[in-house]
Amino acid sequence: MTTLDLTPRVDQSPTGNLGDTLALVGRCLRRSTRQLDTLLLAVMLPVMLLLMFVYVFGGAIQSGMDYVDFVVPGILLLTAGYGASTTAVDVASDITAGIMDRFRSMPIRATGVMTGHVAASMARNAVSTALVIGIALLIGFDAQASALDWLAAIGLIALYVAALTWIAVAIGVVASGPEAASGFSFAILFLPYVSSAFVPVDSMPSVLSSIAAWNPVTPVADTVRGLLLGTPVGSSAAQAIAWCVGLLLVGWVAASVLFRRQR
Amino acid sequence: MTAPIIAVQGLRKSYGDVTVLDGLDLEVARGEVLALLGPNGAGKTTTVRILSTLLRPDAGTVTVAGYDVVRSPGRVRAAISLTGQFAAVDELLTGEENLRLMARLSHLGRTEARTRPAALLELFDLTDAARRPVKTYSGGMRRRLDLAASLLSRPQVLVLDEPTTGLDPRSRNDLWAVIGDAVRAGTTVLLTTQYLEEADQLADRVAVIDHGRVIASGTAASLKSQVGAAHVELTTATGIERIETDGSVGDVHRILGDVERRGLLVDSWAVRTPTLDDVFLTLTGQPAEPGQPATTEARELQEIR
Ligand SMILES: Nc1ncnc2c1ncn2[C@@H]1O[C@H](COP(=O)(O)OP(=O)(O)OP(=O)(O)O)[C@@H](O)[C@H]1O
Ligand SMILES: [Mg+2]
Repeated sequence: MTTLDLTPRVDQSPTGNLGDTLALVGRCLRRSTRQLDTLLLAVMLPVMLLLMFVYVFGGAIQSGMDYVDFVVPGILLLTAGYGASTTAVDVASDITAGIMDRFRSMPIRATGVMTGHVAASMARNAVSTALVIGIALLIGFDAQASALDWLAAIGLIALYVAALTWIAVAIGVVASGPEAASGFSFAILFLPYVSSAFVPVDSMPSVLSSIAAWNPVTPVADTVRGLLLGTPVGSSAAQAIAWCVGLLLVGWVAASVLFRRQR
Repeated sequence: MTAPIIAVQGLRKSYGDVTVLDGLDLEVARGEVLALLGPNGAGKTTTVRILSTLLRPDAGTVTVAGYDVVRSPGRVRAAISLTGQFAAVDELLTGEENLRLMARLSHLGRTEARTRPAALLELFDLTDAARRPVKTYSGGMRRRLDLAASLLSRPQVLVLDEPTTGLDPRSRNDLWAVIGDAVRAGTTVLLTTQYLEEADQLADRVAVIDHGRVIASGTAASLKSQVGAAHVELTTATGIERIETDGSVGDVHRILGDVERRGLLVDSWAVRTPTLDDVFLTLTGQPAEPGQPATTEARELQEIR
């Protein structure tokens, strides 16, 4: 009937390689293209919020500049945060679907599966960020930025996405299931509200403004705003990078350790 | 004698106060098929997950292909292939994409990585569905894809946790045939099952586990003979009657001659040897396939003794 060779292989390598990771990146990119509803939501949500902030609340908020200019960097971070955090749901689904056990019983790199999810998150965010920027420009976002400024702003947003995605991966691994993990994306969605993303921090009541001053979104928002609008960046750039690199390392280490954990 | 390819000694595992594995010992020789048979909650899946490096044992030693599962998990993973109790495939990918992915992750050579997915889809009767996302598959189709994925890497040890649950009789026979081929090619198989027929058909040796210990092991035939002798079963209008026999032609002839002389009206008769069902009931005090009452046959056998 068939000539399928079933002779046991005794020479299988006990360690993973780069090819594993690439194959798993391919897997997650494919999955993303088959979850267009999720991708669409990750774009629609920030666009709707952008329109609402600009046209509904915009007139009432004193930001010291055109509100659309003030709010676009914040919306970009909200887009990025939400897009990254849905990775927690993807990872948790892999675990409940049992496929994670299959991966864990194979001689592959511990981080490969998760790197796949992170790479797909970066790709999805590139698409949604580009769309949000496009719409922002259409409704009058007036950037005062050189190509280099744009590049730096996009680089920082990418770093922010990577950091949040690795945190999301770790959360997805410890979450009891996709529902619990989706609570995380909801929480991340609110993170920018208590920061300088949508309103100036000094306009907030004192309790909130001290939270906002410590919120990692604040230095990132201030830096992106500074780069795109030519306002002073000051020490916020260094703080933003420190926060993002720190979160990225914490997420990466936690995810790697938790992934191989045998209970 | 060569060293066993799977060796488990004094394996213990508990979750909080619940002791799941309570000093389990097991040895599987290279090329052997061992069936782990046990009721729900006996610890079959837990054993399988420890063997596959997914769980850490509390105590005891477990080696697979000569490597300790805790100290050299990578080496163990390179030697085994696991099909868990529930299908582990990517729902959003097609069947073909799933197998291609697994082929790449199994580090197969270029040619094999290209040809094996198609050959396995064919073998498991999934060629027509190969380009459809797995979420459109039936339960049995998913299961077959899952099994195909495990055979991609040509493992030394194939670990199958209830492989035929959810398969129709034809797919089950097909799977048994493939497993037979793999064994003839030198693969060692450790499978768990609740189907006694499966253990009987596939396994060289059966280990009955209950409450986390092996309570009996041996060939299906030797287990059966532990439980009792063969008997002639007579179905009459008033019920079923059993008469012990050594199974020889002479003895059966003598019994049937007796029956005829006494003028008993017999609807049908048969020579029966104990089934694994009987073995199970005798050893564990409960029927093998949970949720079903013990077969009348098994219950009566107990009453006779
Ligand atoms: N993560 C866990 N936490 C607590 N108890 C667990 C856990 N996993 C398994 N158990 C318990 O361990 C026992 C053995 O479970 P296991 O899955 O190994 O049984 P099994 O023999 O595979 O049963 P089945 O035939 O139903 O598949 C059960 O009582 C189960 O409730
Ligand atoms: Mg089980």
